[in-house]
Amino acid sequence: MMNKGITKRIGSIKFAYMSPKEIRKLSATKIITPDTYDDDGFPIEMGLMDTHLGVIEPGLRCKTCGGRVDQCSGHFGHIELAMPVIHVGYVKEIKKLLRSSCSECGRVLMEDEERDHYIEELEQLKKIGGDPLDQRALAKEISKAARKNKVCPHCKSEQRKIMLDKPTTFREDNTKLTPKEVRARLERIPDKDLIPLGLNPEVVRPEWMVLSVLLVPPVTVRPSITLESGDRSEDDLTHKLVDILRINQRLRENRDVGSPQLIVEDLLDLLQYHVNTYFDNQTSGIPPARHRSGRTLKTLIQRLKGKEGRFRQNLSGKRVNFSSRTVISPDPWLSINQVGVPKKAARELTVPIRVTPENIDRIKEMVARGPNPTERGKYLPGANYIFRPDGRRIRVTETNAENVAEKIEVGFTVERGLKEGDIVLFNRQPSLHRMSMMAHEVKIVPGKTFRLNLAVCPPYNADFDGDEMNLHVLQSEEARAEAKVIMRVQENILSPRFGGPIIGATQDHISGLFFLTHDNPLFSRREVVSIFSNLETENFPPSVEVEGEKMWYGKDIFSHFLPDDLNLEFRSSICETCKECKEKECPEDAYVSIEDGQLKTGTIDERGIGAFQGEIIDKIARDMGTDKAREFIDKITTISLGVITLRGFTTSIKDEDVPRAAMRQIDEVLDKAAGKVKRLAEEYVEGNLEQMPGRTVEETLEVRAMQELGKARDNAGKIASKYLGLGNNVVVMARTGARASMLNLSQMAAALGQQAIRGERPSRGYEERTLSHFKKGSLGAEARGFVKSSYKEGLQPVEYFFHSMAGREGLVDTAVRTSRSGYMQRRLIHAMEDLMVYDDGSVKNTDDTVIQFEFGEDGIDPMRSKSGKAVDMDDIVTEFKATKRRGGS
Amino acid sequence: MARKDTINALIRRGLDEEVAVTLAEAGMLLGDVKSATLDDLEEVLGDKKKAKDVRETIGKRTKKRKKGRKKTKKKKEKKIFEVPKKFSSLEGTARELEKLAEEKGYELPRRVLEDAANMIEREDISKDDYPLILKLIKEKYYDRKVDPKESIGVVSAQSIGEPGTQMTMKTFHFAGVAEIGVTQGLPRMIEIVDARKVPSTPMMIVHLDDDYKKDRDKAKEVSSKLEVTRLIDLADVDIDLTSMKVAIRPDKKKMKEMNVELGDISSRLKKTRSVKGDVEVTGGNIYISPTEPKYSLLHNVVEEAKSTKIKGLKGVKRAILRDLGDEYVIYTEGSNLEGVLRVEGVDITNTLSNSPYEIYNVLGVEAARNSLIREAEETLDEQGLEVDTRHIMLVADMMTNEGDLKAIGRHGVSGKKTSVLARAAFEITSTHLLRAAIMGEVDKLDGVAENIIVGQPITQGTGAVEVKYNPKKALGE
Repeated sequence: MMNKGITKRIGSIKFAYMSPKEIRKLSATKIITPDTYDDDGFPIEMGLMDTHLGVIEPGLRCKTCGGRVDQCSGHFGHIELAMPVIHVGYVKEIKKLLRSSCSECGRVLMEDEERDHYIEELEQLKKIGGDPLDQRALAKEISKAARKNKVCPHCKSEQRKIMLDKPTTFREDNTKLTPKEVRARLERIPDKDLIPLGLNPEVVRPEWMVLSVLLVPPVTVRPSITLESGDRSEDDLTHKLVDILRINQRLRENRDVGSPQLIVEDLLDLLQYHVNTYFDNQTSGIPPARHRSGRTLKTLIQRLKGKEGRFRQNLSGKRVNFSSRTVISPDPWLSINQVGVPKKAARELTVPIRVTPENIDRIKEMVARGPNPTERGKYLPGANYIFRPDGRRIRVTETNAENVAEKIEVGFTVERGLKEGDIVLFNRQPSLHRMSMMAHEVKIVPGKTFRLNLAVCPPYNADFDGDEMNLHVLQSEEARAEAKVIMRVQENILSPRFGGPIIGATQDHISGLFFLTHDNPLFSRREVVSIFSNLETENFPPSVEVEGEKMWYGKDIFSHFLPDDLNLEFRSSICETCKECKEKECPEDAYVSIEDGQLKTGTIDERGIGAFQGEIIDKIARDMGTDKAREFIDKITTISLGVITLRGFTTSIKDEDVPRAAMRQIDEVLDKAAGKVKRLAEEYVEGNLEQMPGRTVEETLEVRAMQELGKARDNAGKIASKYLGLGNNVVVMARTGARASMLNLSQMAAALGQQAIRGERPSRGYEERTLSHFKKGSLGAEARGFVKSSYKEGLQPVEYFFHSMAGREGLVDTAVRTSRSGYMQRRLIHAMEDLMVYDDGSVKNTDDTVIQFEFGEDGIDPMRSKSGKAVDMDDIVTEFKATKRRGGS
Repeated sequence: MARKDTINALIRRGLDEEVAVTLAEAGMLLGDVKSATLDDLEEVLGDKKKAKDVRETIGKRTKKRKKGRKKTKKKKEKKIFEVPKKFSSLEGTARELEKLAEEKGYELPRRVLEDAANMIEREDISKDDYPLILKLIKEKYYDRKVDPKESIGVVSAQSIGEPGTQMTMKTFHFAGVAEIGVTQGLPRMIEIVDARKVPSTPMMIVHLDDDYKKDRDKAKEVSSKLEVTRLIDLADVDIDLTSMKVAIRPDKKKMKEMNVELGDISSRLKKTRSVKGDVEVTGGNIYISPTEPKYSLLHNVVEEAKSTKIKGLKGVKRAILRDLGDEYVIYTEGSNLEGVLRVEGVDITNTLSNSPYEIYNVLGVEAARNSLIREAEETLDEQGLEVDTRHIMLVADMMTNEGDLKAIGRHGVSGKKTSVLARAAFEITSTHLLRAAIMGEVDKLDGVAENIIVGQPITQGTGAVEVKYNPKKALGE
C-alpha cells in the first residue's frame, strides 16, 4: 500500500535455454518418489509436494527459504531421467540440425568459407534490422543448402537420410536413433557451426534439446485443492509428473537389472510419451493424456496458450481491485460528467489519502466518524482502513473508530469511501473504442444501480434493458489528474472516428426540443416556470406581451442557452428537401438559422443536437471549449425534458390509423404488384420473359419481382404517410430522428412488404414450393414471402412464417457478425498498437520505422477536424468578418 | 437511418441536398449513384442536366485518384524511366496564397489552400485581406494538429474496428452494375485487411481510350476481347457416332456477334493440348477425330472441347458494357489486370481492379496502397459509416510499409513484431517462446503489449514523458 511510485523499469528481457547444469543448480531438491503426501497428510520428502519446493498450506514453513505461504513464492526441483528423452517443442529443430550436420564429425555440411559467408550474411541481416523471423527464414535456407551435400566436406563420410516419425522418433535409413544417439550427435556440432543454423551458441547447446534432467515447477504453481469431503485433488501438472516419475523409476530398475532390450525400449517410449504430454498435451500424432474422469489434462503449453491461457487471460488483462459492477439505470438530472454511485458501493470503494500536517485534523475527524457516517440521513464519506508506514493495516469499525483516529500520525495512509466529486472511470463492454471508458465525477445516489445521463449512452452504446457497467476508482493523484484532463466525458464529446459529436441528445430529448422550437410556440409563465424548474438557477429569457399576459417564445427559450457568439445555418432533420429551398422562409420551419446566439428560424432536432449529427454541439464543442459544450448539453436536455413532460408524449395504435379510402388504395397497389409478379411468373413459365443481359432467366424473374414488390411497398408507405402528419407522435419521432423511421411507420400502417432471405425471395422448403399451402411451382408474390398485411392488421399465418424466417436470419447475422468483427478489431489493434505520433509529427513504430512522415498526410487530428476537413472555411469567413467589423487586422 | 446517411454522404460529395434526397428516396445507395448511368439518373431525377451534374460531381473523385496512378502505369508499359512530377502546381488564387504562405513561413497543405481559394472567390474577398485570411487559417490549422505522443495506431484501429459491429454480414450487393454482385460489408472489410491474393468477388472497371469510349460498337469490340468465350458458347458439340468423331457445329449468329472466325476456333483447338485428336474443318463444321476410335476418348474430347477457351482473358468471366452517358465503360466479373492493360483500346491510366493484391503485383506498392484506401473507403461508405480517411491511410501505410503487401494478422504485420512477448500474446504462443529461447532473443519492452505483460506503464501518451526531479540538485547541493 505504501506505493511510492515506480522508480525503476525493466529494461529488457532476454530469453535463453536452460542447461542441465543450471537446472541442477537451481533445483531445491531432487524428486524421486512419485507419492505426494504420507498418511498424516504431510508432504513426503523428495516427493512432488516436498516442502523444499515451497508451501501451499498455512502453518507450514518452506524448507528452502523458511517463508510461509504468502511469503515464499516457491522453488524449483528436478527429476533425473533414467534415460534421455527428446523435448517435443524442439523436434523440428533437432531434425534440422541432424540433417544439416555430419553424422560422424558433427560439422555443418558445408565448406568453412561457405559457412563464414552465411554467418556474414546473417550479421548483415541483423544490422539492417532484420527481425528474428527474417533470421529464421535465412537459417532455414542455409540448412537446406547444407543438406544438399551428401558427403561431409570435412571428414568425407557419407550422409544417410534422417527421417522423423511423428512425434519424436528419429530414423536413419530405417534404423531407429535413440535419444542418446541423437544427443551424442548434437554434442559433436561445434559452436561456430550453430550460428548459420539459426541457433545462438551463447544461450543454447543443441544437446540440451535432449532432456536428461527435468525441471519440476514449485508447488505454488500446481497447488492441490482440498475438496469439502476432505479428499485431496491434485493439479494436472502434478498428475503428469507422477506419471513421469513412475515410469522413470521402472525404467531405471529394468535397465539396472538388465531386462530385455524390448522391455527397456517400451518403457523408454512410454517415458517419452509422458514427457511429451507434460509439455504439450495437444501434439498431433499422440493421444492426449487424460484424467481419470476422461477430461484431457491441461499441461504446460495449454496453460499458456489461447484465450484462456496465461498470456491472454492473466498477463494482457488483469483483474483489479477498487472496482465494482452493477446494473445501470438512467438519470436525466445528472450532468453528463457525473455518474450516480449507490451508497453501498461508495462505502466499499475507497480512495487512499496520505496524512499530512495540513490534513491530519480533518482526517482524524473523518476516521472518528467510523466507516458509515451520515449527517441527518445524508451520506458522508467514512474511512475503512488505515495503513501505518510499516505496512500494518487497521480496519476501522464502529467500535474502534475513535481509538484509531487518535493514533493517526503524519505519514499514515487512510482509505476513505467515495465522496461527491471524486473522479472515477466508468466502462461498458465491449470496449470497442476509447469512449467506452470515460472519467466521471461521483454523485452519491440511493438505490443499488449506477446512474448515468442519457446523452452519454451513444458512446458506451448502453441502454437500460439490464446492461451492467464497471466503475474503477483511481488510486493515485497522477491518475486522477490524467483522467480529469483527458478522459472526462466532456473531453470526449467529439469522436476521433469521424470528427463529429458522439455525445448528444437522443430520443425524447429530440422530440422535446422539436416541441419547444417547431413553429415557435408561445409558453405561459406557469409553463416556463415548470420547464425551468429542473435547472438550478437560471434567469428567464426575454418575454413578450400577448393580450396583457407575459408570454415566452419557444425559440427564445432555446436561444437562452446558446452561447452569444454562435452563428450557424443548417437544415433540420425534418427538412423535406424541396426542389427549391426557401431557406429562412421555409414553410416547414426546417431551415435553422442562428445569429449571434439567437435562434431566428428553424426547428431543433437530430441535426441540431443529436448524437452523431448535432451541428450545434459540434460547433460549440470544437470552437468554444468543452466546458461550454457540457453545460449546453446538460441544460438543453433538461429543458427538453421539461417541455416534453409539460406536453406529454405517447403513442398508441391509433397513430397508425389511416382512412378507409387510403387502405383501399394501398390494397389496390399491393394487388396490382402481386398481379404483375404473377404475370411475370407466367411469362417465365411460357418462356417469354426477356432475359436481362448477363443474367439467367430465373435471375431475371427474381430481380424484376423484387423490384416490383419493393416499389409496391414504398408506394403503399407513401399513401399511408400522406395521412400522417407532424400532428402524429410517431411521425414526429421518425422525422426528427428521435427514434424509428418512416419505414417502420409504413410497415405498421400499410404493409410489411417483401421478406428477404440472403437478399432473395425465400425459395426453399418443400419440393418446388416454399410451403405446402401453395401449388407446386408457384412463383407468385404470396408464395415467395410477400407480406401484404401491416403490423396493425396482423399477419396471416403464412406471412408470419416468412416474417419469422427473415427475423431468424437477422439474429444469426448479428451473432456471426459480433465474433467476426471482434476478431478483426483484435488483429487491427495488435498490428497497430505500437504506432505513436512523435514530436516531429511522424508516425513510427517501436523499431523506429517510419510508417507515415506526417499523420494522415496533413498531421490533423481527426477528432479536431470538421468531419475530416482540417479547416472549415465557413468558420474562417465568419471569423474574418468579425475581425473586420472590429476593425482589426 | 441508412437513407439519411446516404443523403449526407451525397451532400458531402458536393451534391445539392435536394438532388441527394431524390436519389436516396429512389432507394439508391452511394455506390449505386456512383455507378449509375446517365439514363438511370435521368429517370430518377427527371432532368437531364441534373443527371449530368450528378455524374460529374460524384464521378470526379475516382478520376482524380486514378490520375496519380497514371505515371506508374506508363512507366511499366513503356519501360522508360520518367521522373514523376510530384504535383501539378496550384493555379490562380491558390497559387497566390501558396506564395504568401511560403513568405510567412506557414506550412499549409494543398487541400487547405485550394479550399481557401474557393472560399475567397466565393466570398469575393479583396487581395489586401489575404494575409489576414491566411493567418486565421494558419491558426486554426496548427490548432488542430495531432498531439505528439498520441497513440494514434490504437485510435485508428478502433476507428475502423468499431464500425465493424454495425456492418452487415450480407455478403452480396449489386454495387456498380446490376449484373455483377460484389462482396460488401464486414466480409469485404476483412478481406481487405487480410490482403487476400484473390478477393471473393474480383472485378474490374475498364475505361476506354478516347477513340473507343464514345462508340458503342468499338467499345463492344473491346468488351468481347475481354470476356472469356468458350467453345460451348459458340457452337454445339456432339459425338457423331457414325464416323466416331466429335462434331462441332458453330452458331453463325453467335460467332458474328463475338467476332470469331471458324479458323480461330480450329486453330485454338489444335493448340489446346488437352483436346487430343486431329482437327479438321469441313463445310462450316469442325470435326475432331481422337487418336483412337474409343468411345471413352470421344467423351473426353467432347468435354475438353466444350470448355476450350476461344478468346478472352483468363479469369474474366463476364464483361458488361455500360453507358455512363458521356462514355462507355466495361465492368468485368473476374479480373485480370495485367491482361487488360495489354488490350488495345483500354485506357490504361484509368482502369482498375478491386483486388489490392493484384494491383500490387501489376502496378506496385504505391498503387496497392491507394487501392487499399479506395476499397476500404468504398466499403465503409456503402454501409453509410463515417470514418476519417486518415485512419484508413494509416492502416494502408502499415500494410504496405515494408514494400510489399502484408496482411493485418499473424501471417503479416503482427508476426513481424520484434517483441517476443507481444507475438506470444497474440497467437501461436508456444512456438514464439520456444524459438525465442534458442535464438537468445531480447525483448526490449518498448511496445504496448510487452509492458502490460510485465506490469509497467506503457511508453505512449502520458507514459512517454517523465518528470525528473533531483532533490539534491534542487536543494543546491
